[in-house]
Amino acid sequence: MSKETVIQLKDVGFSYYTENEDGSLNTDTDVTMKHSEKRMALDGVTLDIERGSFVAVVGSNGSGKSTLAKHLNALLLPVSGEVLVCGMSTADPENTWEIRRRCGMVFQNPDNQLVSSVVEDDVAFGPENLGVEPSEIRRRVDESLKAVGMYEFRKKGPHLLSGGQKQRVAIAGVLAMQPECIVFDEPTAMLDPSGRAEILKIIRGLHGQGKTVVLITHFMEEAAQADRIIVMDQGRPILDESPDKLFAHAEKLHSLNLQMPFGASMANKLAARGVALPEGIITSERLAECLCG
Amino acid sequence: MAIKDITLGQYYPGDSVIHRLDPRTKLIGTVLFLVSLFVVKSFTGFLFCAICLGILVKLSGVPFKFMARGLKAVMFLIVFTAVINLFMTPGTPIWQFGILKIAREGIYRAVFMAIRLVMLIFGSSLLTLTTKPVAMTDGMERLFRPLAKLGLPSHELAMMMTIALRFIPTLLDETDKIMKAQTARGADFESGNLRERAKGLIPLLVPLFVSAFRIAADLAMAMEARCYRGGDGRTRMNGMAFTRLDRIAAVLIVLYFAAVIAIGRLPLF
Repeated sequence: MSKETVIQLKDVGFSYYTENEDGSLNTDTDVTMKHSEKRMALDGVTLDIERGSFVAVVGSNGSGKSTLAKHLNALLLPVSGEVLVCGMSTADPENTWEIRRRCGMVFQNPDNQLVSSVVEDDVAFGPENLGVEPSEIRRRVDESLKAVGMYEFRKKGPHLLSGGQKQRVAIAGVLAMQPECIVFDEPTAMLDPSGRAEILKIIRGLHGQGKTVVLITHFMEEAAQADRIIVMDQGRPILDESPDKLFAHAEKLHSLNLQMPFGASMANKLAARGVALPEGIITSERLAECLCG
Repeated sequence: MAIKDITLGQYYPGDSVIHRLDPRTKLIGTVLFLVSLFVVKSFTGFLFCAICLGILVKLSGVPFKFMARGLKAVMFLIVFTAVINLFMTPGTPIWQFGILKIAREGIYRAVFMAIRLVMLIFGSSLLTLTTKPVAMTDGMERLFRPLAKLGLPSHELAMMMTIALRFIPTLLDETDKIMKAQTARGADFESGNLRERAKGLIPLLVPLFVSAFRIAADLAMAMEARCYRGGDGRTRMNGMAFTRLDRIAAVLIVLYFAAVIAIGRLPLF
């Protein structure tokens, strides 16, 4: 059975630097990432993301993972190659809005992505932009806020909420557009551990309901919850495995400064010392089970 | 955080008749009330305006003390205007000291202007106290929409105000953070004369501007990701509708304005 592809990247290349006619470099000013030299932020990325899958993209700073995310909903357009979302090319301006509706995005900073000073108005922002009927917007807003457990806060101002709560409102705002796929661009990077756990639980829940989820992160523990992990380095995907297989590449991950989840790293070390363990241990709980059971 | 307390206008939460009026009705009503204060030429006229305003304040349920707080900020302006009028109006002198002299007409005008200013403040604070800032921007957007044909970007202006309101607390937080960071590095925001203090603000303002631009860039991207493309084809969740209440208010506003004009025509003190 072949699964349907939602997002397809074909040999995508992208650079924040373009050359002016006289050959001098022209830097794109709205990019905060620092590149010491002229290089490709994405360098020939070819990927397929299947409907209903949960894909994590990991990599160190400047590996191109955030750039990749912004290609998935036409916020950035490839310099070479092609990105297809539900069969539509992001390069065609006609498709831009339909692509952004189908592929929602949650950003890193919980403060800088909420538009309105009332929670429910913020959630309504997306559907309002799409021109949805007012009664239908109301229904979607209530439903989305309930889905992330923020319904009681619907009349509050975002400045009164915690980071995790703001991020939940941002997720509700994306859900209200009824997307097929949601891209999370390091949604937990600015949260405390409890906020992080909250958000991850919601992400898993959304995946459980059949949404396609792409999670950009640099926490391996978070990535380990996906069905598939893509490791990025220097604008290229260098590993693309399921979590239980990925953590066998301990040395490679280490060389990329990626920290393995504690359970996996411990299991590897024990195995190296000759302790008999099954393959594919990721969590501490599973390790404990294997050792004691 | 004390710095947070001064935010978000001065909305006084409530569910009075005045609170429930459509923001457009209130905006137009307020503008007409302010205009009426300039139509009035007599104390009797002011008495009438004051009674009407008093009834509205009573209806709104906003405590008088709360309203009077708005006066404090402009007290200096009121006193200053009164003093200038008192001494500068020519007429029959009743008191003279050197070049300073007070005319009968001066006293009259000073009191007159003071009453007018106080009522202007009360009238406009009634609007801001009973209307949520978000509702106000929505109301303005709808009122100015017909002017879009003349090139007035009503939607864009309203969106800018909505975002400004949303980000006041965020920027105050940011200011607080930068202030603490700079204080930790030895910056001094509290001592010195005016010039030194103003100079001391530079290490606060530069990073604040940088971060404001960063926030703006982030927000613009987030808005685009949520399909924002200007006002065309946009719907609103909370559509505005004039109710029976608004129709009654409209009639009363017209009657009030007619009464003010009528009183202005009578030969009264």
